[in-house]
Amino acid sequence: MPAKVVTITSGKGGVGKTTATANIGAALAQNDLKVVCLDADIGLRNLDVVLGLENRIVYDLVDVVEGRCRLKQALIRDKRLPELFLIPAAQKRDKSAVSPSDMVRLCNELREEFDWIIIDSPAGIERGFRNAIAPTDIVVVITNPEVSAVRDADRIIGLVESEEKGPARLIINRIKPSMVRKGDMLSPEDVLELLAVELIGLVPEDEGVVTSTNRGMPVVMDGRSRAGQAFRNIAQRLMGAEVPFLDLEEGGGLLGRLARRIRQGGD
Amino acid sequence: MKLFQQLIGRDRSSARQAKERMRLMLIHDRVDMSAAALDKLKDELVGVISRHVEIDVGAVRIEMTQDGREQRLIADIPLRPSRRRGSG
Repeated sequence: MPAKVVTITSGKGGVGKTTATANIGAALAQNDLKVVCLDADIGLRNLDVVLGLENRIVYDLVDVVEGRCRLKQALIRDKRLPELFLIPAAQKRDKSAVSPSDMVRLCNELREEFDWIIIDSPAGIERGFRNAIAPTDIVVVITNPEVSAVRDADRIIGLVESEEKGPARLIINRIKPSMVRKGDMLSPEDVLELLAVELIGLVPEDEGVVTSTNRGMPVVMDGRSRAGQAFRNIAQRLMGAEVPFLDLEEGGGLLGRLARRIRQGGD
Repeated sequence: MKLFQQLIGRDRSSARQAKERMRLMLIHDRVDMSAAALDKLKDELVGVISRHVEIDVGAVRIEMTQDGREQRLIADIPLRPSRRRGSG
């Protein structure tokens, strides 16, 4: 079966696009699915270092597009997860080196070889974003429970709809349940009500993300990490499974109630 | 008293303020219309309608609301009873 293309995007930088791409890709690969993660952030490449593959780059996305190498030569296989591959972004070029139709052509070639293609979109709403959504089947918008990130997510969701790539699905990342409880942070319910899109993941703030990124190891490989569990659940939902949302508070707080409400209301 | 303060505190919680601000901001972002532009629209609408029927200008309410990802312009325009009642 040809691959499904998923684009992870956000508008605002620093909300967790690259972390989400690496971890969703790794979690799908843990399920014995053949996955390629594609870094579309040309000029600001980072997916390689988050995946711990930075020392193995020979060719990059722009080399493929400009014909300096064959597609297979740019694919880096992750030795820990043999089903996981990376196509890195070029570091010394800019977004104009690739066009949306280049991305469509590249993904059409990859579709035959893989089960999933996960694209890490650059921040912003310009060329890089257009490149990242051109070949996509599913757009996943990631945000944090903060006003600037939610506003940018709303803008991106609108653009995705107008490009007829919708409906977008939402990940709310870096939730701090203790702050939500005190009324110091927008709750997942608040964010969902504001953005009015389908939820695909709730990821708690987790220091394990920082430490595992330091080691170049996706946090989904750490069985004890809550964020890792959340990303594994997102992968399951992409695969079509119905997985309850993490109850981030013992005894069922806001998130528990939200999860239950979604389960009741979901299709 | 403590409970009362807690309730007050919750009412003014930063998350609540954030949500309220965002609700209005997103509506204006989505339709690309500022609060000032909406006021202007309201004035013009009042002008047009007033030419046809007498309205209670002070009580006119025009607001944008959110319905899922769709925005709606809701106008509530109270009419004044006609002064030219039948003089039968």
